[in-house]
Amino acid sequence: MEFTTIIGLEVHVQLLTKTKIFCGCANLFNPENPNVQTCPVCLGLPGSLPVMNRKAFRLAVKTAMALNCNITPFTKWDRKQYYYPDLPKNYQISQYDLPFSTEGWLDIETDLETGESKKVRLIRVHLEEDAGKNIHDETGRGRDSRVDLNRAGTPLLEIVSQPDMRSPREAYTFLNELKLLLTYLNVSDCNMQEGSLRCDANVNLHVHTDDGHRIATPLVEIKNLNSFRGVEQAIAYEVERQQEQWRESKLTIDDSPKQTRGWDAERGVTFGQRGKEEASDYRYFPDPDLVPVVVEESQLQELRGELCEPPADRRKRFQTAYQISSYDASVIIDQGLAFADYYESVASDSGDGKQAANWVTQDIQRELNERKLTIDQFPIRPHILSTLLQRIGSQTITVKSAREVFAELLCRADNDESLSDDLIDGIIDANGLAIVSDTGQLEETIEAVISRNEKAVAAFREGKQAAVGPMIGQIMREIKGADPKQVRQMLIDKISE
Amino acid sequence: MTASLSREDVSAVAVLARLQLSPEEVDVFTSQLGQILEYVDILNEVDTTDIEPLAHPIPVTNVFRDDIVTPSLPREAALSNAPNTDGKYFFVPQILEEQ
Amino acid sequence: MSLTDATVTTLLAKLQSGETSSTEVTEACLARIDSQDTDVGAFLHVDREGALLRATQVDEKRKNGEPIGPLAGLPVAVKDVVCTTGMPTTCASRMLETFQPPYDAGATERLLAADAVIVGKTNLDEFAMGSSNENSAYHVTRNPWDLTRSPGGSSGGSAAAVAAQMVPLSIGSDTGGSIRQPAAFCGVVGLKPTYGRVSRYGLVAYASSLDQIGPFATDVTGVATLLEVLAGYDQRDSTCIDADVPKYRETVDKPIDGLRIGVVPEHFEEGLHPDVNKAIRNALDVYKAAGASIVDIELPHSKYVVAVYYLVAPSEASGNLARYDGVHYGYRAEEAQNLIPMYSASRGQGFGDEVKRRIMLGTYALSSGYYDAYYLKALKVRRLIRQDFDTAFADVDVIASPVAPTPAFKLGELIDNPLEMYLSDIYTLGANLAGIPGISIPAGLSDDGLPIGLQLLARPFEEERLLRAARMFESATDWHTKRAVLNHD
Repeated sequence: MEFTTIIGLEVHVQLLTKTKIFCGCANLFNPENPNVQTCPVCLGLPGSLPVMNRKAFRLAVKTAMALNCNITPFTKWDRKQYYYPDLPKNYQISQYDLPFSTEGWLDIETDLETGESKKVRLIRVHLEEDAGKNIHDETGRGRDSRVDLNRAGTPLLEIVSQPDMRSPREAYTFLNELKLLLTYLNVSDCNMQEGSLRCDANVNLHVHTDDGHRIATPLVEIKNLNSFRGVEQAIAYEVERQQEQWRESKLTIDDSPKQTRGWDAERGVTFGQRGKEEASDYRYFPDPDLVPVVVEESQLQELRGELCEPPADRRKRFQTAYQISSYDASVIIDQGLAFADYYESVASDSGDGKQAANWVTQDIQRELNERKLTIDQFPIRPHILSTLLQRIGSQTITVKSAREVFAELLCRADNDESLSDDLIDGIIDANGLAIVSDTGQLEETIEAVISRNEKAVAAFREGKQAAVGPMIGQIMREIKGADPKQVRQMLIDKISE
Repeated sequence: MTASLSREDVSAVAVLARLQLSPEEVDVFTSQLGQILEYVDILNEVDTTDIEPLAHPIPVTNVFRDDIVTPSLPREAALSNAPNTDGKYFFVPQILEEQ
Repeated sequence: MSLTDATVTTLLAKLQSGETSSTEVTEACLARIDSQDTDVGAFLHVDREGALLRATQVDEKRKNGEPIGPLAGLPVAVKDVVCTTGMPTTCASRMLETFQPPYDAGATERLLAADAVIVGKTNLDEFAMGSSNENSAYHVTRNPWDLTRSPGGSSGGSAAAVAAQMVPLSIGSDTGGSIRQPAAFCGVVGLKPTYGRVSRYGLVAYASSLDQIGPFATDVTGVATLLEVLAGYDQRDSTCIDADVPKYRETVDKPIDGLRIGVVPEHFEEGLHPDVNKAIRNALDVYKAAGASIVDIELPHSKYVVAVYYLVAPSEASGNLARYDGVHYGYRAEEAQNLIPMYSASRGQGFGDEVKRRIMLGTYALSSGYYDAYYLKALKVRRLIRQDFDTAFADVDVIASPVAPTPAFKLGELIDNPLEMYLSDIYTLGANLAGIPGISIPAGLSDDGLPIGLQLLARPFEEERLLRAARMFESATDWHTKRAVLNHD
């Protein structure tokens, strides 16, 4: 008996608009000041009417295009009716039978080493309004719940995948790739702590019995997963639980309706939630307060022009175009669009993708972490770093010297000095960092050092390799820009003569 | 359609509509709604094959507003009609739903 | 002629010439409300101080030669389903007994921008659901012509307020005839504009795809004057149409040469009260005498309007009224300790019978398994109804018909028989389903001395033609000059 894990995800993403989807209230995460971003429309006051935010629709279509969806030429909004205090109209304006997009996919990398990937198909992407927030009394004393409607009416994309994922890791990877894409497109900040990306997971198993049958186990929807790690862990827990349940009960998908479970991150378990009282009969119908949208080909063309290269494509391209490892490419891409742009600019200007990768993933990353900066705020801009790396490439300075220059540049920037190519060369000169390629001068110095270190020379000749170390040190002190490798070789050659 | 309406149907609809009805109201509505539903069955006479539903009497498409912030209500005004608040939040009786 | 007796045109002229002031006119209206409204019950709320203050301000503006609006100083009553700051907006429901909207409706803003004086909020059937005004949670409104009779509904208060000369102008809303039928019952002029002609922003929704705000006055010119103020684009209502607003008042007196009037022969068959039948036929003769031609037309699906309407409107209403749940505003049943019982008790106690009936009907029509058979089927027949009108209007300029099958019925006569009540809307519902404009004008009196209304319908956005056609009849008759005689006159 074997099990296959079947996972489908339903992801809700808040869009990065200035205002809410149907009114001019600010779209801001602001839990400290409840009920200050509301108006008659998002309070659902009698007589108020929704008007669609153009930007929200554009961002939605842009996202769906990037997710390879078909854009529906005629789309409309429907009322999804259910009663909840965070939903002031007691219906959510959503999309039912004519969502603005259907049938897309997202490529996810399933093997970092080989770069192997798979397509996760998407059923649909639709645009709806977010609800407000209920804050329940957790003292157990049955006190009133509190309702904050700041979030009510935030534009929300619902992205529904096919059950194409086969492991908790794949679900994690899917979310990560989706988040990257959405942040690259700048349609959402995908901040899970603030709830701008939320995920529900549908999980069940296919049991492959020894006599060759395949049986599906009951479907479970895990709700309110609030971190990618949580998604992975909750699904992993669910897989175990469902396997156990199968062994005990042999329940199949036909024996039990879809169950809703919550995830308790602290205890690391999922738990059964009581379903809504009535079977969900949302009584969808077209919202008469909103009009349909007809999407013209010209608009699609325009939006297509605004799309960026998908992170997955860029990751692959970085490997081939700049000769970097799959690992480095992933690290760079994962840091976000600005970081990837920074890298790419340095890699292409300096002509050394590998060197550039080393610098951005190590030196720059470290500085950013220490200084708590984003790449956009980092004082050494790509063209300066490119120049510095060019000096390495042209063997003007060593990598070690370049780090000195780098540190000096940061100091200068901290003192509000503006950075330039001339400044780099000035620092190299002032500190005598230039590699001395004049072998005549080098030979003279080596000979002088040899004559001052007779004991060491003798020791080396007797086979003590380490004896050259101090001599190299002396030479380097005299000629700062010398290449230690070259010095070592010349020194050994000389002694061995 | 034409299925006659039972008291149980009416009670089930009342649950969906979140309307507490007295037994007398259920009786009255069962009979009145039954009559109305029977009457609207005349629509079955009409052949609507290939007829598109008309949800808006005056067809308009693509009405948008620009993404420009307009002032929100002061919190006091937002909460002013609420039956129960603490001056910051709307208060509602606890939601017995989760575990 | 007293100030409350005067037409809008006369009053505006007197105000302009300085013969009277807004304060005088407003005081006269308030006095009339004081003396008559205990009998009639047209108002739910009278803003005496606010109205007088505003009247003074308008008078001041006029005196200082500041630019003033087209309704400068005229008292107007507003159906209590249109949001007004500083006054309650109850929708004649217990549910909204204490509700004070923090914003003005688009229509309210336009009234204020035109320097009208809003004197108060008028009674209606709860949430505009009804044809008799008996579904108000507060009190009935009585027909000024016969206090034992209904003023019609749901804008019965607005119609009665004008008929009883408490105000020269009022606004109502019409979802299935709620302006035209009360206008007919009360012997005044009422117009339902094209869907999208007037902003619905701030009109508390009953059935969003059918609701329109419109004017009442004692004559066609008064209605034209007020429509010109109300009509126009409002980007806060996605269904409001951005189309030019003609100068209705300037053109209303121009007769239409070769006017073609469509008539549906079936409209004069069974169920039509003989007095109404006679009045409408006489009206057609008046038109013929004025040079119009009467053309028989077909509206093959008009027999389905009641069925379609009473599926579409309640379905939309069930959604629109879901928000009244005792959480963010409105009535809350305090005894419930948990959320769901609180919802159900608040709604069960806060809504009256007709509202509950329609919510139940709509919820059922949209529920799983019935959607296609009821709601979707109704929307398809709705398209056929609209197509019928399009076809008919290829040959005629306006369509004439009765407004209601009978003159005003007795209070209590139909209240226990909802289906019977719904069937009385047969002539008015089509215009809402098709989105076209319609007007009701006084066209006679029954043997009992009750007003009878003539309905004219026109193509979408042809309110100008509608008003001119109506005015042609009005200028040839004196029905619009007849006034109800009240107990305290």
